[in-house]
Amino acid sequence: MIHAAEGGAAILFPIWQEMLVGAIAFGLLCFVLIKFVFPRMEKTFEARVDAIEGGIERAERAQEEANQTLEEYRRKLATAQEEAAAIRDEARATAEAGKEEILVSAREEANRIIAAGHAQAEASRQQLIRELRSEVGNLAVDLAGKIIGQRLAGDADTTATVDQFLAEIADETAETSGAR
Amino acid sequence: MTDSAIVLAEGESHFPPGIHSFDFADWFSGLTGTALAHVFTTITLGVWLTVAILVVFFLWAYRKPQIVPTKKQWMAESAYGFIRNTVAIDLMGKKDGVRFAPYLATLFLFIVLMNFWAIVPGIQISPNAHIAFPLMLAVLSWIMYVWVGIKTHGLVKWLKITVVPPGAPLFIYPLLIPIEILQNIILRPVTLALRLFANMFAGHLILLVFILGGFEMLNSSNFFIQGLSIFSFGMGIAMTMFELIVILLQAYVFTLLTGMYIQGSLAEEH
Repeated sequence: MIHAAEGGAAILFPIWQEMLVGAIAFGLLCFVLIKFVFPRMEKTFEARVDAIEGGIERAERAQEEANQTLEEYRRKLATAQEEAAAIRDEARATAEAGKEEILVSAREEANRIIAAGHAQAEASRQQLIRELRSEVGNLAVDLAGKIIGQRLAGDADTTATVDQFLAEIADETAETSGAR
Repeated sequence: MTDSAIVLAEGESHFPPGIHSFDFADWFSGLTGTALAHVFTTITLGVWLTVAILVVFFLWAYRKPQIVPTKKQWMAESAYGFIRNTVAIDLMGKKDGVRFAPYLATLFLFIVLMNFWAIVPGIQISPNAHIAFPLMLAVLSWIMYVWVGIKTHGLVKWLKITVVPPGAPLFIYPLLIPIEILQNIILRPVTLALRLFANMFAGHLILLVFILGGFEMLNSSNFFIQGLSIFSFGMGIAMTMFELIVILLQAYVFTLLTGMYIQGSLAEEH
């Protein structure tokens, strides 16, 4: 205790009990704050710095990724356009070729039909000619027989001509019959 | 110890105040005169309340720290961050600053709250108005900067850095070295302790002068003097505001000087 009797200087002499109490109290405070509180604050500060720097880094990475994706997208778009053009050209070429083919085959078909028609017409004509020929021969023979029957006795030349003619017809008829 | 001192400490107004105004009675009169005297007083109550408030607040506020702080967490971080950034890191750089920031911050918070009792109604006495507490803290600061110096440089080199100022002419060293020893090793803790103690002591005395003076005037039989007491009380209030500035400033100065002494022990140069 400070004694007034000792004069003013007494206040400069510490009371040892108070120093001890102060030391214990301050020691306890230091123990709690320095051991349990402030290190956690430092950790939080670090985590905060990390979070901010990490955030920036993440943003940069995302930006880069976005750029890459855009680039890729553009490349793909260009490729797709090229491909589309190629397909279009090919399609056009194919169509052209198909048209040509169709035209060619149509023409061939037409020619074939025309040719077939010609052949048929020719065949009919040949047949008609043959039929007509045999008909004409018969008629001629009949007619010649009638003529010959009337004049045969009188004219030697006529007789010879008719003979020859008959012979020719006979030949021809025999040939046609053979061909059939 | 006189009976009047005890009576005074219990609030009886006796004018003028003197050094007896700083005597606080033991709560348990049986302890007076034993080794446990002065252990349970208003002064030590202030000390224990300081520790209790700081411990409870910080443990509560920092129970679940988050990246994005809550309000209470932000308050706790600001209290620590103030000393960490403006004293520790500014003086010693990032690495050493972070190393010593916890002690310096604890020191600052302890002194601020201890000083603060000087203006808390009902207590109105800072434990730091008793030299025991500033002295205890100053001795800790001394131990710390001496220990840091010896650990960093070794005893001889640290002594050389601390007491031999470079660049002086040889013949002046016999004069310089004793001064440097006195200044850097002996007087530092003394001035640290005295500065804080004297400020809190004087602050308490000034408050007592105006407040007790006011009561004294009020008790006067002269009506005119009774009326004047209002100015005395007004000054008491004004001085309480002034005291708030002293409270913060002295705590900051004590912490800053401790930080500078530690930094001096870490540094290569004198």
